[in-house]
Amino acid sequence: MKWTIVVGRYDKDQPAGSGYPPPFESAAAKRYQTFEVDLPEHAMVLDALIQVREYQDESLAVRCACRSAICGSCAMWINGHANLACTSKLRDFTVDGKVTVESPPSMPPIRDLVCDMTPFWQKNRQVRPWLEGKEPVPAGEEYRVPNAAMENLIQEVGCISCGACLMDCESFAVNQNFLGPAALAKAYRYTADPRDAETRDRLKTYSEPDGVWDCTHCYECVQQCPKGVAPLEQILKLRRMAVEEGFTNNAGTRHAYAFAESVKDSGRLNELTLMPKSFGLLNIRAQLQSLPAAFNMARAGKLPPLIHKKIPGLARIKSIFAKVGGKFK
Amino acid sequence: MKVAFWPGCVSKGACPELYVSTHKVADALGLELVELEEAPCTGAGVLSEQNPALADSLNGLTLAMAERQGADLMTICSTCQGVLSGTQFHLANDPARLARVNETLASSGYEYRGTTKVKHLLWILVEDIGLDRLASLVKHKLTGLNVAPFYGCYILRPEEYLGLKERPERSTYLEQIIALIGATPVEYLGKSKCCGFPMLTMNREVSLKMGGKHILEAKSKGADVLVTPCPLCHLNLDGQQPDAAGVMKQPLGVPILHLPQLLGLAFGFAPEDLRLNHHVINTKAALEKVELKV
Ligand code: FES
Repeated sequence: MKWTIVVGRYDKDQPAGSGYPPPFESAAAKRYQTFEVDLPEHAMVLDALIQVREYQDESLAVRCACRSAICGSCAMWINGHANLACTSKLRDFTVDGKVTVESPPSMPPIRDLVCDMTPFWQKNRQVRPWLEGKEPVPAGEEYRVPNAAMENLIQEVGCISCGACLMDCESFAVNQNFLGPAALAKAYRYTADPRDAETRDRLKTYSEPDGVWDCTHCYECVQQCPKGVAPLEQILKLRRMAVEEGFTNNAGTRHAYAFAESVKDSGRLNELTLMPKSFGLLNIRAQLQSLPAAFNMARAGKLPPLIHKKIPGLARIKSIFAKVGGKFK
Repeated sequence: MKVAFWPGCVSKGACPELYVSTHKVADALGLELVELEEAPCTGAGVLSEQNPALADSLNGLTLAMAERQGADLMTICSTCQGVLSGTQFHLANDPARLARVNETLASSGYEYRGTTKVKHLLWILVEDIGLDRLASLVKHKLTGLNVAPFYGCYILRPEEYLGLKERPERSTYLEQIIALIGATPVEYLGKSKCCGFPMLTMNREVSLKMGGKHILEAKSKGADVLVTPCPLCHLNLDGQQPDAAGVMKQPLGVPILHLPQLLGLAFGFAPEDLRLNHHVINTKAALEKVELKV
């Protein structure tokens, strides 16, 4: 069966081609080259790339080792989203007669489909992905934990460090300092480990700028992770733990509390007070920064009603808050 | 067809044009909207991240209200859709979680049995009303208008909440509707990515860059307007667009239309009736392209 594969080629010594989408003009310019391959119906994207490298163009750089979703080396952009090439079927990804593969624009390119994973590993190291063992070490034996305490951590342990989540992270794409999904998921794995002695310190660090509150909640990492790690879910658990530990002096926590208060008091969101309350009423700089947009919206007739109406039947909502509102009671 | 209608907080707040245009389009389609006036905010994922049990109960209540109407629950917001679909998914797959919700709801006079279907207007248009019927209502083809779809994360991800595994074509409905009304869908990477709204208060610059990047890409591919089924995306992409242009140091100036506004134009409603004169980014030039005036 014939397949068409369009490959984003990059070589720092070759003159750049055009065709790179403009939002990423800071990223390397690539040249898109089309190849035809003859492969069975069930073949994977990686099979096509190997076919090209072996029989058509030996200069094609592609990284792979296991070909069975274990080593994590073949993550790349396939039709604009990160996936493992070795588990992505050509037939599932062929759109309008072709599959497009390239190195993700948010990662530094090395050559063709091989990107530099340094940011991924740096972020990993930054979260201290090891146990800070509790003292004293139990005499003459190992640290023991009940099975139940570890069940919650298993999801992250499935991570194969392919970097697909980081490659598709919307926040990382515009802010290279963000710790990102993989590192934060790993951070959760150690923070929630009952043997770790640094839980509080970790939560404090992860709550700082470029940490847990810089996740935009886009679910790209949940969708793209080939191992079901669901990094976003782990980040949300870290946020919850951080707030409960008292690390609340940040816009994220204020936003959550202001949100809850508005729903509790009126049944719905009060857009007028949510933003100012989230910034912190004394954060003059942020308040000022948000003014032009508020002014533009008011001028267009898009200001929320000044008197925020309560929904009928509010007693039901209050009773839900009273029963399960927890810290929002 | 009758639906239980959850308008969401934003269509009743900063995006009244969405509420108004939804009613116009529903009238034209003979879609009866029974508004759930006593339903609470979904929590937009913010409440669920800090307190899943609270969000389960609030959304369980909304699902139970729709169930009592004996009709599908219709949303007009990708975020509301995602959150309600998520609750529905969890309650369907975890009987203990459902039992806890019903225990909390007991005194409210509601019980959720798990039969409600939650559907965004976009899905109802294609799956229940059908493209043929939509086509029969088109009075003013928007020929020559280049429209870039912008879905919003929560109507696409995670797939298993949103039925995209069974119906992958749900990620192409906007393009189908754009083509149906005679306009040209613009193909670009940003269509399924994040507008940045959830981060606006946490990291304004990053949020604006995120949205600005996608607008810029769409513009470079020739888009005259973007269309979105999510009012939160609209808030960031329209309301914050001048600021995004500042952060990007690039002119943007691309109007952001709500789905029912775009469809309403094709159904022959006047732009003012769809409140297209109430946008931060002026819609005049785009409307002139299809011989319409505000
Ligand atoms: S080649 Fe090892 S994961 Fe794809």
